[in-house]
Amino acid sequence: MKLLYFAWLKTKTGMAEEDVTPPAGVGTVAELLTWLEGRGPGFADALADRRAIRVAVNQSYAQPGDPVRPGDEVALFPPVTGG
Amino acid sequence: MTIRVQQEDFDVGAELARLTAGNHAIGGVAVFVGLVRDMAGDSAISAMTLEHYPAMTEKMLTEIEQEARQRWPLETSLIIHRHGRLEPGEQIVMVATCSAHRQAAFEACEFLMDWLKTKAPFWKLEETEAGAQWVDARDSDDRAAARWVKKDPHAAE
Repeated sequence: MKLLYFAWLKTKTGMAEEDVTPPAGVGTVAELLTWLEGRGPGFADALADRRAIRVAVNQSYAQPGDPVRPGDEVALFPPVTGG
Repeated sequence: MTIRVQQEDFDVGAELARLTAGNHAIGGVAVFVGLVRDMAGDSAISAMTLEHYPAMTEKMLTEIEQEARQRWPLETSLIIHRHGRLEPGEQIVMVATCSAHRQAAFEACEFLMDWLKTKAPFWKLEETEAGAQWVDARDSDDRAAARWVKKDPHAAE
């Protein structure tokens, strides 16, 4: 699974992208965020306020209960501010 | 319909000429152009950098434009959004909508901007005297976008 981080999520996690293999039992967006949060202080800080995080799975907005699978591209970012 | 995400500037006049060339069914063109301001709240801004998620940007802008074309009788439309570092006064975004009559063009243009601002994956990093700061999303933008969720322009027809 490929993870992408944008804006301050990139700053706080210290990376723009990475390939990960989450443990069995991580099957949804919410479960993925919970697992990521436990990976270190940078991740815990970045993911502390879930309301401030948007998730896209394969370039489409996803909800906490939506599935994530091996091979997916999952992007984490704050609410958008373009235009 | 045309969507472009690019670093370089654009010429509004030339874009409009190209967009409408040869299509004489177009009776009205509505255009919005967004510029970089030099203030955010009380802070002076020397520049901003627009980051985006290229693969998703393209996909979201295409979806938004298709939605507009389902709701309004558009002859054609154009969205240009820049990324990279921009200074005050520079153009960030251009949306143009072309229709037989003005109402569809005006409404579709406003709709495209409102939805673009809340759905297209761009983020602004402002350079101020206090350092670089990511811009927070605004509730007023969410409310502006939400207006279009229930509104069906054809409901009264």
